[in-house]
Amino acid sequence: MTVLCEDTNFSSERLLGLYRDMLRIRRVEERLAKDSRAGNLPGPVHLYIGQEAVAVGVCANLTDDDWITSTHRGHGHFLAKGGAADLLMAEVYGRETGICRGHGGSMHVADFSKGIIGANGIVGAGISIATGAAWAAQLEKKGAVSIAFFGDGAANQGVLAEALNVATLWKLPVIFVCENNGFSEFSPSNTVTAGNIVDRAKPYGTAHESVDGNDIVAVAQTASRAIRRARNGDGPTLIEARTYRLHGHVEGEQTFLGAEYRLEQEVSDWRDRDPIPALASRMIDAGQAAREDFEHIEAEITEEVARAVKFAEDSPFPDPDAQTANFMFA
Amino acid sequence: MSKKRMIHAINDTLDSEMAKDPSIVLFGEDVEISLFGDTRGLKEKYGGERVRNMPISETVMTGMAVGAAAVGQKVICHMMFGNFMYTGFDSIANQASKLRYMTAGQISLPIVYMGVFGGGRSSAAQHSDAMHPIFMNLGGLKVVLPATPADAAGLLRTAIHDPNPVIFLQAAGRGGEMGEVPDGDFAIELGKATKVHEGDDVTLVAIGAMVRPALKAAQLLAAEGIGVDLIDPRSLVPLDTDAIFRSVRKTGRLIVVDEARDMCSAASHISALCADQCFEALKAPIRRLTVPDVAIPYSPTLEKAILPNEGSITNAVRTLLRKKSLAVEV
Repeated sequence: MTVLCEDTNFSSERLLGLYRDMLRIRRVEERLAKDSRAGNLPGPVHLYIGQEAVAVGVCANLTDDDWITSTHRGHGHFLAKGGAADLLMAEVYGRETGICRGHGGSMHVADFSKGIIGANGIVGAGISIATGAAWAAQLEKKGAVSIAFFGDGAANQGVLAEALNVATLWKLPVIFVCENNGFSEFSPSNTVTAGNIVDRAKPYGTAHESVDGNDIVAVAQTASRAIRRARNGDGPTLIEARTYRLHGHVEGEQTFLGAEYRLEQEVSDWRDRDPIPALASRMIDAGQAAREDFEHIEAEITEEVARAVKFAEDSPFPDPDAQTANFMFA
Repeated sequence: MSKKRMIHAINDTLDSEMAKDPSIVLFGEDVEISLFGDTRGLKEKYGGERVRNMPISETVMTGMAVGAAAVGQKVICHMMFGNFMYTGFDSIANQASKLRYMTAGQISLPIVYMGVFGGGRSSAAQHSDAMHPIFMNLGGLKVVLPATPADAAGLLRTAIHDPNPVIFLQAAGRGGEMGEVPDGDFAIELGKATKVHEGDDVTLVAIGAMVRPALKAAQLLAAEGIGVDLIDPRSLVPLDTDAIFRSVRKTGRLIVVDEARDMCSAASHISALCADQCFEALKAPIRRLTVPDVAIPYSPTLEKAILPNEGSITNAVRTLLRKKSLAVEV
């Protein structure tokens, strides 16, 4: 019997919890992919499928008092940080009961009560917002941290350089989590990105680590170290989590793209490294769980997603006469 | 009442509000030494955590303001020159102005983005814009332009405690201007215009730095027997349309004096509103006295030629009144 993880923080129960959290994201998004194909969604969706270990591994170390900023590919971060699947589903369906009452949609899901400052349709924009939240956390001295999730595409925005500089100088409790999923929208990363993203921390003297983003335990351990440093007042960390976007940049892209931009073989190689079955096999091999445990979780999640879909489908669309323009100003 | 320079009125207001409310933080480039003097002495009083020099990093700075405000601070983000707001525009245009709306009012964003605006000092094209129309068009921002020390103090106090993002623009080079400022917690509601000069023949709406030459013109014209009703809106969002409409319905003539470039200026917006709402009262075409659609030039002869001034305002009023009398004779 192999030991999955010598770190005693990773009990079977906790690992099964992480598995459940990853599976929830996967099944919610598979449903959204199906809905998108069927033309049931009002707008575009950018799916996180394949990257679940990053959001879940990082957020496993956070509480509702910690903050995250997310991206256009933000459903996974929302769910991993404790956002509810039914409120997410209703939002993406454009319904009144959605977490943003249909005013934000897929790219702007936010739940401040859970510390989710918001997904963001502007690539890299969450980096500065998380840095500002970390300044507030530093002033409040309650030990809160903030996490900026962003992709390899966002790493090429100038704001990352500015944020690394000021966050390191001010020792802000922020963790910059770059999910390198191989693509800047439709451009393979190596065609638009020079060098290694994690190395961009070096000139600023920022703590940095790179990690296999498909290994949930490794992600959780790396994030735990960074978050501990941040809570202790030792400043920020840049984490580069190498992972892979199994779906396209946006669902339905095949209908408007004139050409392929990646090889089917590459996708299938990464499918073999899918973080969700990988965790299940490792736990079974290590004797930390049985196949039935996963079947049980699968049944729970199937039911939860079905409930979320029904909640969304049964909900009304927002009423245009409801004076919601009042949301513009407090 | 005490006589103060505009810059001291601002400094005193920042000081008294920071003393009362520990959630107010202030940051920006060189705010510790304070280029203009408006933030001078605040770091010594309130400490380096609440009053912080920023690197020259406008992109991250405007977003940090959003992040810190989103999680509970009242943020004063000093942008120095208003033109630098363009450098940090994303977080103002895509984040600050929209985050509350797209999250269905989950949060408020108490931010004051402050800076100086306008020409007249050979600061040339990248330090002399009047950029308020751009912010008026974004929807989720309040836009405030004080013309006197008292208004600067009263409007800034309100802006700091407003739960929404406010763009606070003070006329560049006018910080030394003296005026009576009421003592104590003197506040002016946003969206309340002030009548600077009373008259029955023509309404002048003057914005920001244009109020002073407009007042001089009004006084000169009074000696010729021409009555100018001069209104300073003080805030453009919200805009006191009632005060403007009332005056235009009284005089039947309107000239709007705005230091912005003409296209989509505050002048063109106010003109359009009055054409809609006061059409039947109008005795003459509405006139806009603005800056031509060019960059602000450096050389004093060139700059002077394009900015509205006492002379051009006086001429515009005389011409407008002559036009009417000619029309009647025909």
